Amino acid sequence: MNYQDDFRDSRLVAIMAENIAGMAAQLPGPVSFMEVCGTHTMSIYQYGIRSLLPDNVRLISGPGCPVCVTPIGYVDKAVACASDSNNIVATFGDMLRVPGSRSSLMEARAQGADVRVVYSPLDAVALAKAHLDRRVVFLGVGFETTAPAIAASILDAARQGLSNYCVLASHKTVPLPMELLSCDPELGLSGYLCPAHVSTVIGGNAYRKLADTFGVPCVVTGFEPADVMQGIEMLLAQVLAGKSLVEIQYNRAVSWEGNAKAQRILDLVFEPCDAVWRGLGLLPGSGLAIRPELSAFDAEKVLTIVAGEEVENSACRCGEVLKGKLAPFDCPLFATACTPESPVGACMVSSEGTCAAAYKYGR
Amino acid sequence: MCLGVPMKVLTINGDDIIAEIDGVRKEASLALLEEKVAVGDYVIVHAGFAISRLNEEYALETLRLMREVFSPEDMQ
Ligand code: SF4
Repeated sequence: MNYQDDFRDSRLVAIMAENIAGMAAQLPGPVSFMEVCGTHTMSIYQYGIRSLLPDNVRLISGPGCPVCVTPIGYVDKAVACASDSNNIVATFGDMLRVPGSRSSLMEARAQGADVRVVYSPLDAVALAKAHLDRRVVFLGVGFETTAPAIAASILDAARQGLSNYCVLASHKTVPLPMELLSCDPELGLSGYLCPAHVSTVIGGNAYRKLADTFGVPCVVTGFEPADVMQGIEMLLAQVLAGKSLVEIQYNRAVSWEGNAKAQRILDLVFEPCDAVWRGLGLLPGSGLAIRPELSAFDAEKVLTIVAGEEVENSACRCGEVLKGKLAPFDCPLFATACTPESPVGACMVSSEGTCAAAYKYGR
Repeated sequence: MCLGVPMKVLTINGDDIIAEIDGVRKEASLALLEEKVAVGDYVIVHAGFAISRLNEEYALETLRLMREVFSPEDMQ
């Protein structure tokens, strides 16, 4: 798609819906496609894209919200860092309200902890420079879109010789959980709408293994309504042709190779490590740890963090929502005990979370 | 948090740029971008860094949609 009006043309979307219905009629059985990006989830709910699809084409929301997949133990560690008055905890805003075992960062702040919301990790470095007598702990969460920014902040702090800046790192990489979910017989996925902005960094080639080895069609998709519909059409065409390829629908921002410079900086600072995902558990090699050469900037190495026992609210069903096995509406707490104003689980906190999107647009 | 927002580049000083969206000006960094960027270009800014360059037509279109789907706080 090349012309700007195409993206918003509701007639075009209607034609695409007809195409999709025609293709779906030829399917031998129902198919499920997963969108792996919180931005897609929001767009799909906002534009009611599910209602434009025939019954045998199902969309499932996957683990694409970085705040949502961050395990409760990480929040507990962040709160523990904040409770030391020597530390300033700097974070992106949507981590504030994620419930920990005993407290969220917001509650810790109300009790006097110095927790500051920053827009860029470079702001956190500037904070460290302005407070040389204290330590700034930046909460490094996010996927391959965010991790290079945090890598750059560590290199910046190193260049400036700042010894009071560190990162509590919990970055995750996107393709690995996709491989795992693609093998789950209960989900029975027939294809992925691959994330838009993560893919600007990692490039379309990052999904080759999924398509080649795991046999799952992948389409890197933008998040305009017509983008999403076209992504679904492209997936259906692959399914009907018995193919599993990687295709880039969102080629106005995503290349096959991705952003080489961002990848280089990422590699300079981080190395793969095992990571715990909320809902998915421990996935070997799916996380990014700060390299030993830069351990002076690794909060886990420079601080003694005593976080206490992890206590998860047993009624919260976020784990199943993140695996695509439960729709938000089917969680008994949805819109009753759990709302964006007082979230019980992480999926209700960030606007990219499936429960938050369902709450805002889905009813 | 994962949201990248197209912004127009107003000034460039080494890797430091000032970019604008909806009258809000922000500092951002070009340190993660290999492509050359000029004043007047649009870049997708995520967490204070430009991660991709967009042509103006696409950028404006993306912005129009983002204003509908996301609240101003989401786009911060
Ligand atoms: S409604 Fe709340 S408790 Fe239930 S799954 Fe969603 S975020 Fe978790």
